[in-house]
Amino acid sequence: MSAISSIIKDNVVDHWRKDFPILDQKVNDKDLVYLDNAATTQKPLSVIETISRYYSEINSNIHRGVHTLSQLATDEYEETRKKVQQFINAKNLNEIIFTRGTTEAINLITRSWGEAELKPGDEVIISEMEHHSNIVPWQMICEKTGAILKVIPMNDDGELLVEEYKKLINEKTKMVAVVHVSNALGTINPVKEIIQIAHDYDALVLLDGAQAVAHLPIDVQELDCDFYAFSGHKLYGPTGIGVLYGKENLLEKMPPYQGGGDMILMVTFEKTEYNELPYKFEAGTPNIAGTIGLGAAIDYVSEIGFEAIDAHEESLLQYATASLQEIPGFRAIGTAKEKASVVSFVIDGIHPHDLGTILDTEGVAIRTGHHCAMPVMTHFKVPATARASFALYNTRTEIDVLKAALIKTMEIMGV
Amino acid sequence: MFDLKDLYQEIIVDHNRAPRNFREILDADIKAEGYNPLCGDKLTVYLKLDGDVISDVSFQGEGCAISVASASLMTDQLKGKTEAEAEKIFETFHELVTDRESEIDLEKVGKLGALAGVREFPARVKCATLCWHTLNSALEDHDQGKDSHETISTE
Ligand SMILES: Cc1ncc(COP(=O)(O)O)c(C=O)c1O
Repeated sequence: MSAISSIIKDNVVDHWRKDFPILDQKVNDKDLVYLDNAATTQKPLSVIETISRYYSEINSNIHRGVHTLSQLATDEYEETRKKVQQFINAKNLNEIIFTRGTTEAINLITRSWGEAELKPGDEVIISEMEHHSNIVPWQMICEKTGAILKVIPMNDDGELLVEEYKKLINEKTKMVAVVHVSNALGTINPVKEIIQIAHDYDALVLLDGAQAVAHLPIDVQELDCDFYAFSGHKLYGPTGIGVLYGKENLLEKMPPYQGGGDMILMVTFEKTEYNELPYKFEAGTPNIAGTIGLGAAIDYVSEIGFEAIDAHEESLLQYATASLQEIPGFRAIGTAKEKASVVSFVIDGIHPHDLGTILDTEGVAIRTGHHCAMPVMTHFKVPATARASFALYNTRTEIDVLKAALIKTMEIMGV
Repeated sequence: MFDLKDLYQEIIVDHNRAPRNFREILDADIKAEGYNPLCGDKLTVYLKLDGDVISDVSFQGEGCAISVASASLMTDQLKGKTEAEAEKIFETFHELVTDRESEIDLEKVGKLGALAGVREFPARVKCATLCWHTLNSALEDHDQGKDSHETISTE
């Protein structure tokens, strides 16, 4: 990269940083270096102000009032559904269901689709690198229905073994549920190929997109996935709001997941008629502020565009990988060819938790632990890893601070 | 403000790098396992009793510096103590690492005082107390004549 274009780039990132008020603060007397974006991203002012404006100007319940504020709130809520539809290029608006997050979206599938469709002896395939939220709900529903859970293994770079997947899948396979981008390793999985293979066997595919949506443009029609789940809070939006996308014909056939207000057309004590999609799956008063906030987050990301985000994050990943590798005893966990901006690592002789504590005193926020992916830790024979994950507002200077803090940690720990 | 040095004191770094009593006691009277699911720390504590005197105590396992150093310091402190004394030391230690207001009586806590810094790091208290909780419940089970096969969990 030429000197000039890199200067322009830093200016742009500085500009983006200013959109995130939380970044401008000291933690433990040091400038905050926030590198825990895979856990949750920070929120731009536009999202914060949208939520604040909702509560100070239009707060009302939706879908049930004739008064002006209720109408305004309903409009904004439904406007977000359109934004999500465009964001992931869903064919139909009623294919977008709001949930509490990825976890709830996956549980919706296992409880509604799984309970209705899985029979004893049916098979469900997940992978070795799943987040617990795409393992446990499947274990629960398999236990309940007598279906069998199978696991696609990965290699030591943290890449799924597609050849092994081909051996696992067969006519009994009803669902393939895999992570699009791994939170513990950063691996971007070859989901298009996985989907095509599944469809050859008439199996459905659910993608856990929790880590993908902030880094990659998503086109559910192009992917041809049957279900796609993600959380707003990893996409610069608020917590407590997420999305389940499902193909209309599949969602139509699925029974409701929760009963209550909003999901009905007519209730008598003899019989209840369920509402149409997507409301059938949105029982009760939803997270209205969160939904509208998610709309603002999608606007924010769309305005910057994934081309710019990807170019910046990719350069951060390259820089961090090269720079951290110079540290003696550094070992990257997750070295897939296709990777998002996540660096999971261990340092010889230092437990990740000690790293995390000492880095915090330097103002550097990273995640340490098993990242809700204990089978991944088992694969790599480590109890935990340290993970630095980058977002659009991170800089190379911050990676330098991380590196210096790691070296200081090694001095303190005498390694 | 706390000083990081208060947490990772030399004595802790030293006990982490070269833990004392890091071995199995083959003819142990009590063997107890502790597990912190949050960080994956796992350790086994072995005890040999002579009447109610702890004649030998050791541990094995893996964990962060705080948990390894704490187990190492614990085993050092407990050798030759009675069960009742051990319980007293645990109470003192617990207060030392959890109560930010409590006074630190270095004479009373001895080398364990090295872990006082933990009180400023609430997220790390469980690391320091895992070995003690493991030991404590093993002793209690032993006193009640129960076999302690259950893993002690911090959660
Ligand atoms: C890959 C992956 N799947 C699922 C989840 C769960 O998301 P949430 O906690 O927002 O429901 C996460 C978040 O940690 C994740 O990283």
